[in-house]
Amino acid sequence: MYLVFSFTMFLLGGSMAMVIRAELFQPGLQIVQPEFFNQMTTMHGLIMVFGAVMPAFVGLANWMIPLMIGAPDMALPRMNNWSFWLLPCAFLILVSTLFMEGGAPNFGWTFYAPLSTTYGPPSTTFFIFAIHIMGISSIMGAINVIATILNLRAPGMTLMKMPLFVWTWLITAFLLIAVMPVLAGVVTMMLMDINFGTSFFDASGGGDPVLFQHVFWFFGHPEVYIMILPAFGAISHIIPAFSRKPLFGYASMVYAVGAIALLSFIVWAHHMFTVGVPLAGQLFFMYATMLIAVPTGVKVFNWVATMFRGSLSFEAPMLFAVAFVILFTIGGFSGLMLAIAPSDFQYHDTYFVVAHFHYVLVPGAIFGIFAAAYFWLPKWTGHMYDEALAKTHFWLSFIGMNLAFFPMHFLGLAGMPRRIPDYALQFADFNMISSIGAFMFGATQLLFLLIVVRCVRGGEPAPAKPWEGAEGLEWTVPSPAPYHTFSTPPEVK
Amino acid sequence: MRVHAQRAGALFGGLAVPAVSLADWTMNMRPGVTSTSNEIFSLHMTILWICVAIGVVVFGVMFWSIFAHRKSQGHKPANFHENTVVEILWTIIPFVILVAMAIPATATLVKMYDTSESELDIRVTGYQWKWQYQYVDQDFGYFSTLATPRDQIANRQRKGEHYLLEVDNPLVIPVGRKVRLLLTANDVIHSWWVPEFGVKKDAIPGFINEAWVRVEEPGVYRGQCTELCGKDHGFMPVVVRAVPEPEFQTWLAEQKAAAEKERELTQKDWTLEELMARGEKTYQTTCAACHQPDGRGVPPAFPALRGSPIATGDLAAHMDIVVHGKSGTAMQAFGSQLSEVDLAAVITYERNAWGNSTGDMVTPKQILDFKNQQ
Ligand code: HEC
Ligand code: HEM
Ligand SMILES: [Cu+2]
Ligand SMILES: [Cu+2]
Repeated sequence: MYLVFSFTMFLLGGSMAMVIRAELFQPGLQIVQPEFFNQMTTMHGLIMVFGAVMPAFVGLANWMIPLMIGAPDMALPRMNNWSFWLLPCAFLILVSTLFMEGGAPNFGWTFYAPLSTTYGPPSTTFFIFAIHIMGISSIMGAINVIATILNLRAPGMTLMKMPLFVWTWLITAFLLIAVMPVLAGVVTMMLMDINFGTSFFDASGGGDPVLFQHVFWFFGHPEVYIMILPAFGAISHIIPAFSRKPLFGYASMVYAVGAIALLSFIVWAHHMFTVGVPLAGQLFFMYATMLIAVPTGVKVFNWVATMFRGSLSFEAPMLFAVAFVILFTIGGFSGLMLAIAPSDFQYHDTYFVVAHFHYVLVPGAIFGIFAAAYFWLPKWTGHMYDEALAKTHFWLSFIGMNLAFFPMHFLGLAGMPRRIPDYALQFADFNMISSIGAFMFGATQLLFLLIVVRCVRGGEPAPAKPWEGAEGLEWTVPSPAPYHTFSTPPEVK
Repeated sequence: MRVHAQRAGALFGGLAVPAVSLADWTMNMRPGVTSTSNEIFSLHMTILWICVAIGVVVFGVMFWSIFAHRKSQGHKPANFHENTVVEILWTIIPFVILVAMAIPATATLVKMYDTSESELDIRVTGYQWKWQYQYVDQDFGYFSTLATPRDQIANRQRKGEHYLLEVDNPLVIPVGRKVRLLLTANDVIHSWWVPEFGVKKDAIPGFINEAWVRVEEPGVYRGQCTELCGKDHGFMPVVVRAVPEPEFQTWLAEQKAAAEKERELTQKDWTLEELMARGEKTYQTTCAACHQPDGRGVPPAFPALRGSPIATGDLAAHMDIVVHGKSGTAMQAFGSQLSEVDLAAVITYERNAWGNSTGDMVTPKQILDFKNQQ
């Protein structure tokens, strides 16, 4: 359910990205007017972050965590149901703002005040409502994950024997519970400013627009890790499976994820280097951000060490996983560059940042999800997917993605700001290349839909353990996994 | 094994070539024309090369495995999965590299923050969607708006060389002097950026941010607003003309004289035609971004003026909204932005253009009286 919803949202958010790239194909205004362009960037960001990536991970959690820890199902099925059905409601409200008078939210997914309060469109109130509902849904999902992991593990599965996907989700769930209320708080303050005459963020009423950014990014930075940690987990299963060799440095992987999660709370102002934070603050956030590169690096080194001297084969999940490691590392490099505060003055709010976060989000979150989906599809459906088609899907996505996002680094360095519907002539060539890549990437995703539908309908029956090197409880049950899988908990040595 | 080595070599080559050609100016950051931008550029290149080096090592090992340790090549998996020494090593080494990187970055940052001992103060105010520059000690200022014709944006005309990066009145600064910029905004947050200076700073309503620049080479430098500020965020460029000191002094004197002339115009007797002509110009530069060139607006965000009850009705109400704006909306108080002549002209224009045929004429003196009444 979550996965279907999330894929629908992925296509919707993706088609908005296609509108954006179509407008940016050439200089000049061709297809849409600036007002609508801003609505498209905003909705694209919101839908991708909250509608596609987050529900997809919750979906994976619901399906895989019980199987991996030897539980019959999630601990709190009713709450699960609630938390799912809130999502379509939230996004129905969000999408309906497109048809409201004054249009949809147009202030970016970061909705900085006062652009989103005093100067926001009338639909902002609905946007706030949608965020609230979605936040409640995430918190319920997170509580369920924690309850399941802490209470329903099979006898003998100590914390340090838990599969990494379970570990990363446990930590993600704590992050969610910590920051979603902060998001709810900041949108509530906006609501008060807009409708009840307060001035939290209105300077003319004694408020502080910068306060908004501090609160938002206190939520915002952990949020980006919420979108990546579960993918780290999934990749940590796939790489060993296709290397036919155990994961290198299990314990250090767990500690690295913990370190990243903790550090993610003290780096928020790296999104605000140009706001005029005092020098001491600026230095603190620069050092803290650079520090995050250390545990992130440890994870990459461990994955590479896992592959080293293994016996590698490259089925679709492995292809996506290897691309994940390479491209995510590139995104990590540009993240490190952004962390150097003086340089960030030049990079900030340009296409360089857009390139950076797409390199961590598309190969990171999205490729992670694809890799996980192909890896566990046989377990879910009882059929093998079409390997040749899946490889085509991979290569087209890989090429399209790089063609779309790599030139954005050059655009940013050459001085193109983000969130603009039209640009100066010197940016024309790379924008055209980028748009072509984006269309290619976008169109390719329909192939994924085809592959999954065919796999659900039929195909070669899958054995309990379709991958030679895979480890874990989920492979001990038949494919497809029966309902209430482990009614009697298995024993873990 | 030789084959593998060759393949790996080709791969490194493939990776390194784009990295080298990054030094090309169309792809890379430019060093710029200030000491700050030069330091930033060298930080940027250092960290870029560090990343490339780490990348070569990590991806090198990885591609080695991909080529050499395949199952299809009959490679048997080893079974190691832990090594505390290695883990500690690859925690410490990156840490040391980062410390080495942090030291020059800190030094540059400290310099960027030192706005003391400035030799010229300019107040930069962001508006939706233009910049205002005020020379604090010289007591004059002006607005700087996009000069690219709408026909170019709408693809009805060939685009010029500086498409979207040209303004009517650029900021003028003397070379060789330390200029301090005091940045703020009137409505939403904007951000003032000139890449060649290495200066980007947010202009935030209710705050005054500081930045400084000392330009060594005369020239015209172009940048853009970099904080999303609404509909025309992409259409509010920054253009700075850096000129030698004597030229700067002449320019200052001219500007002051022109401001004086403008004041005299208030006393002149205007005809309806003259006001309409001037009003149309003012309208197109100042008001058309929101109310549109044809007065139709973009409802509901920006109301139409064609046939609007205010623009065709009570004159006092019309003057009031233009002079004082409407707080809490994008309609700014133009009383402090435009001269009396321009205010009179634009109001006259709005009351007689696009079929708004009130026949009313508002003179600069009336505006002056209206302002004084308050
Ligand atoms: C940044 C956008 C913006 C610019 C530039 C702008 N306006 Fe407005 N204007 C508005 C908005 C928004 C309103 C509606 C205010 C309200 O809510 O009543 C408005 C309202 C008005 C009205 C009242 C219309 C009515 O029927 O309610 C007049 C007259 C007007 N503007 C004149 C001007 C003139 C003259 C200029 C140029 C000197 C100008 N505006 C520039 C945004 C703008
Ligand atoms: C792990 C996954 C990551 C994700 C999903 C992610 C996502 C993002 C996003 C969405 C932005 C854009 C903010 C905006 O709207 O302006 C951003 C900016 C930034 N990221 Fe990341 N990031 C990740 C990792 C990292 C890492 C590892 C670092 C540092 C080592 C880093 C450093 C930064 C910095 C400094 C900025 C601010 C850039 C600016 O606004 O100028 N990020 N990131
Ligand atoms: Cu702006
Ligand atoms: Cu802007």
